Amino acid sequence: VALTVLIVASFMADRKLADARSAEALQVRVTGHQWWWRLEYRDPATGAWIETANELHLPVGRTIRIELGSADVIHSFWVPNVAGKMDLIPGRINVIDITPRRAGWFRGQCAEFCGVQHAHMAFDVKVETQAEFDAWLAHQASAAAPSQDPVLARGALVFDTKCSACHVVRGARATGRAGPDLTHIGSRRSIAAGTLPFSRGGLQGWIAQPQALKPGTMMPAVSLEPADADAVARYLESLK
Amino acid sequence: VTPEIPLPDAETRHRQLLATWGDAPGLWGFLTTVDHKRIAARYVLTAVALLFLAGLLAVDMRLQLSQPDMGRMGPQGYNEAFALHGSTMLFLVSVPVMEAMAMWLVPLMLGARTVAYPRLAAFSYWLYLGGVLMLWISHAIDITPDLGWFEYPPLSGPAYSPGHRVDIWAQMITFSEVAALAASVNVIATILKMRPPGMTLGKMPLFVWAMLVASVMTVFALPSVMLVTSMLISDRMVSTHFFTPSGGGDALLFQHLFWFFGHPEVYIIFVPALGFVSAIVETFSRRTMFGYVPMVLAMLGIAALAFGLWVHHMFAVGLPRLGNAFYTAASMAIALPAGVQIFCWIATLWTGRLRYATPLLWVIGFILTFVIGGLSGVMAASAPLDLQLTDTYFVVAHLHYVLVGGAMFPLFGAFCYWYPKATGRLMSERWGKVSFALIFIGFNVGFFPMHLLGLEGMPRRIYTYGPEMGWGTLNLIATIGTFISAAGGIVFVANAFLSMKRGEPAGDNPWGGGTLEWATSSPPPAHNFDDSPVVDSAVPLWDDKGELLVMTGLASDCREVLISSAVDAVPEYRHKSPTPSIWPLIAAVATSILFVGSIFTPWALVWGAIPVGAALAAWFWPNRPRAGDADEAEQSE
Repeated sequence: VALTVLIVASFMADRKLADARSAEALQVRVTGHQWWWRLEYRDPATGAWIETANELHLPVGRTIRIELGSADVIHSFWVPNVAGKMDLIPGRINVIDITPRRAGWFRGQCAEFCGVQHAHMAFDVKVETQAEFDAWLAHQASAAAPSQDPVLARGALVFDTKCSACHVVRGARATGRAGPDLTHIGSRRSIAAGTLPFSRGGLQGWIAQPQALKPGTMMPAVSLEPADADAVARYLESLK
Repeated sequence: VTPEIPLPDAETRHRQLLATWGDAPGLWGFLTTVDHKRIAARYVLTAVALLFLAGLLAVDMRLQLSQPDMGRMGPQGYNEAFALHGSTMLFLVSVPVMEAMAMWLVPLMLGARTVAYPRLAAFSYWLYLGGVLMLWISHAIDITPDLGWFEYPPLSGPAYSPGHRVDIWAQMITFSEVAALAASVNVIATILKMRPPGMTLGKMPLFVWAMLVASVMTVFALPSVMLVTSMLISDRMVSTHFFTPSGGGDALLFQHLFWFFGHPEVYIIFVPALGFVSAIVETFSRRTMFGYVPMVLAMLGIAALAFGLWVHHMFAVGLPRLGNAFYTAASMAIALPAGVQIFCWIATLWTGRLRYATPLLWVIGFILTFVIGGLSGVMAASAPLDLQLTDTYFVVAHLHYVLVGGAMFPLFGAFCYWYPKATGRLMSERWGKVSFALIFIGFNVGFFPMHLLGLEGMPRRIYTYGPEMGWGTLNLIATIGTFISAAGGIVFVANAFLSMKRGEPAGDNPWGGGTLEWATSSPPPAHNFDDSPVVDSAVPLWDDKGELLVMTGLASDCREVLISSAVDAVPEYRHKSPTPSIWPLIAAVATSILFVGSIFTPWALVWGAIPVGAALAAWFWPNRPRAGDADEAEQSE
């Protein structure tokens, strides 16, 4: 009898989780990469996709439809405080509807073993009010503005020559797609999919010694003159 | 059965039988033996050695996780450690050790002289040893598998795992599964065709029932995993794209095929443990089992359900929700037969006159941990709840509660219980209790906190975590628990070794057991029984207060066994059992060369088959006289 009750309860809970919600749900695309997250938001006005990485912002109380895909191996999308897991499987698109109830910062984490750096494939989640979210999304949609500051200009130049094969900064010349979109990296909370908290020093360390901080990461060490390293870190920090 | 010719006296027959069934002395005898007891003992010792090695890996991993940001092992080292730990424990320890116990015990419980296919038993062991050596020699030369005990493509495919680490893992499975299939067929044939007159299916000891069920499950489940790892190897070697989405394959196909095997496998490990528990409960409560028929039906129910719930390992892959609900119901339904068994044991213990020796302590430890493991299993079976629990430490805790608590504790109990039969000496009870206490306490201290860690969001298979996660304290407790149980393990093994020389002589039946293995001497002679027993109950030694009923008519000057009918055990004919032979070893070596060679080139399947074929031809060369030609029997094969 107890089992029957449990089975029925489990079934009802599952139906509730799977309930198709309103069609005007916010659409988000999450793509797993070894070992970071590509995030894309559908612009409600234009229908264009707005790209960012490793930091997911969600409006509180609204249903978000997340499409999950993978660029390489199987990953699993999991924000324990917001919703259960769903796998990201190459060749398939999984859909999960979530409705965050509580505002605040949460941590998400890949939950399916995906290779040597599975442990450092996390992301930050910020659940915020609709107004905050709209402002954030509009900002993410904008391109980076070129700076007149000579140090930042120097940093942008070095970034374009050394980093642009893999990274994109919209509004600049960097258009690589292999790594995360860095257009607004300066506004994010952490570096390298939750490996270390965001700071200029952290960026410098990450650029110089990624294999020491996250052994096995796809990011190669980039050797720069100290002045250039500082300029690149300042430039990235300025990409708010 | 009336003898037609006058029998030689008992003493002469005993000597004749020893000469007939004994092995050649020395190394040659070691390599050629087909004595099921010697082979099974090797199996058990190999598995125990691996249990120790894989346990060391667990200690190593626990040290790495004991505190946040530990630098003891890098990610590669940690990934190799959990892959090797899991693969060894699941494929090379748990399944083989259960088969080995069956290979040792089943003929003795049936009053038979040997197993149905003695040479196949030798082949099983040698091939299993080949798999063990391949995996652990690979580890020694740093080509350790590093993707866990189930290696999902595309991660394990050629694009993301170049090199041979995955091939070693996949081929290790081929080794262990061929060996396990051979052993299972052997156990099934022995149980169905070699029971003593009178032992109908309804009078078989429950352990024999358990092994019959587990072996039939093995025969149905294992082809699936051999298929899936072979597909993985061909994806890797000849680009077949079974699992590559861009080539028209499907990454999920692997998971379905793997878990169609993987879930029954858990019960293939667990059902024999039910048999151990039943045997121990019966002897130490000194009464026959309460509910024999429900026990058998429960085992059959578990076996049937086990094949219908593999999807509960895949609730998060995005299958249709209604389908998930079906598998939730099937998974929870397992609790019913499992519950029936628990209640039958409790009823037996409740109404029996208990004797608290070490084997019974292990059984009580088993019941306690298994109930916890069962409850966490019911939790994880619920699809919506599992979406939070799966791939976290909650699952790590659950699987260790059911596999260690549910299968290893009964195994340790069985080890203590049958140790005097195998060695002729008793293990020290005092140290036995110490080792039980240490392992039981250490296990619970080590694994219970993992439930909480899982609920706090700690995913499995991470080599480190940051201090901000707040998982440090519970992890430290878990590590301490691991050390306590490791100490208990050392006490257990030391006790077993020292008792071999120093233990008190056991006599034939130290525990007062009721099944046939206690009727022969300890350790049993090469031919097991001087006189083949005849039975009329499930506990013949308890019912026949005087002499055990025996039959005559089997030759003592050649290897003859009695074949009986599958259901009613009516004697059918006398069968000539094979003599010792070197060919099983040579065939196993040839097969190993084929398997290892096929990691490097598909052509190994072609040229590697030639020596295998030659060895098999020599093995089966018809140079044995058929049954009935007793007078011409040659022992010179």
